[in-house]
Amino acid sequence: MNTEFEPKIVGILCNWCSYTGADLAGISRIKYSANVRIVRVMCSGRVDPTFILKAFQEGADGVLVSGCHPGDCHYVDGNIKAMRRAPLITELLKQMGIEEERYKLVWVSASEGDKFARIVEEMVATLKKLGPFKPQGGVKKYA
Amino acid sequence: MPKLNLAVYWTAACGGCDVSILDIDEKILQVGELANIVLWPLAADGKYEDVEKMEDGAIDVCLFNGAIRLSEQEEMARLLRRKSKILIAYGSCACFGGIPGLANFFTKEEIVDRVYKDTPSTDNAEGMVPLATVQVPEGELSLPEFYNDVFTLPQVVEVDYYIPGCPPPVDLIVRAIDAIATNKLPPKGTVIAGQKALCHECGRVKEDKKVKEFKRPHEVEVDPEKCLLEQGIICCGPATRGGCGGRCTGVNMPCRGCFGPAAEVLDEGAKMVGAIASIIDSADPEEIKKINKMIVDPAGTFYRFGLPNSMLRRKRKEGKVS
Repeated sequence: MNTEFEPKIVGILCNWCSYTGADLAGISRIKYSANVRIVRVMCSGRVDPTFILKAFQEGADGVLVSGCHPGDCHYVDGNIKAMRRAPLITELLKQMGIEEERYKLVWVSASEGDKFARIVEEMVATLKKLGPFKPQGGVKKYA
Repeated sequence: MPKLNLAVYWTAACGGCDVSILDIDEKILQVGELANIVLWPLAADGKYEDVEKMEDGAIDVCLFNGAIRLSEQEEMARLLRRKSKILIAYGSCACFGGIPGLANFFTKEEIVDRVYKDTPSTDNAEGMVPLATVQVPEGELSLPEFYNDVFTLPQVVEVDYYIPGCPPPVDLIVRAIDAIATNKLPPKGTVIAGQKALCHECGRVKEDKKVKEFKRPHEVEVDPEKCLLEQGIICCGPATRGGCGGRCTGVNMPCRGCFGPAAEVLDEGAKMVGAIASIIDSADPEEIKKINKMIVDPAGTFYRFGLPNSMLRRKRKEGKVS
């Protein structure tokens, strides 16, 4: 049996560009690791930092947030809002002992299926090197 | 109406909560009329043995302040839970972990080393550290166990009501006393405070929030009328439960979050990240990074009173980051 660590990635993708981009990767039969679990949201601006912490709390090894390229947002500037949050989220995660490689914000357009596949492959490789994420909290000591 | 049996107990906290109960001035007479104080180590008497001898449920109301970080505190929490009809988590430490909860940024070993070995004023050549048990000629001596994690009271025992605040303000204490006296207690699990965020009750003028620079309160002359966030001062009002009457914002100090997350907020740190990021006035990734760098110690600021209550609860031990 293959016992190599397989990271679980929660991929939160915007409906208009990145989800379509991931779809294109599938339609084009581009192979990429099955480690990413995709959640579709309307816009990367909708991704409340709570979602990211929740993913880690429930045992995700990495969180990938993807939106339209800056300037291409279906809602004009939702992805800019996501961009403003990213450095603070990274800093907060670092202070909580979560490596910055475990959270990634990327831009993938509807025509970039190959780019999406590449990003997933890269993230899987990074996370395999980092090892599994074991949340220390979340579980109460006492029932 | 027969007198109620009241207990007040103190665990990992500064003692300000005990003092805040005395802050209610002449209302304290009503408490005296209403209740027999069966245990209050700070202000009255009452021995642990006396509590142990009581029947289960003999205490009508127990105000429990402080977080749980020692085995002795856990024992007392369990004992008082068993003996009390109503157990109230009183103050930020009991409700969310409070300031002692910031210890969850470190491990037990780091704390012990810092306190007993590394501080510049420490002279401990033998490297003596407290141990849970030690053998002496007379026999074995023991100390309570010091846990690696700080826990909130509701993480240890079931809690009936919450009165947040560091310390809880007088009007909330009075509201709770009145509710107990008139037997009009809210549904179990109620947080006796506001429901909305502090911003809702803050009297400052709020206009367009666009910030290019974040500053700490001592670095700036604060405008007493204008929203503190609009002045570039990190204020935890957007994510923090109201009900305190804006004690800090009223005197030009930003909200530090002692009332814990507002109703429906799962994690105050995450909500603060969202709130702060949304007021950054830039669309340039490099400039955004630069502005973000001005926020000193975001996790310590946003979780100042609630790290053990947050979603991640503590810093990961094996995280390979500085």
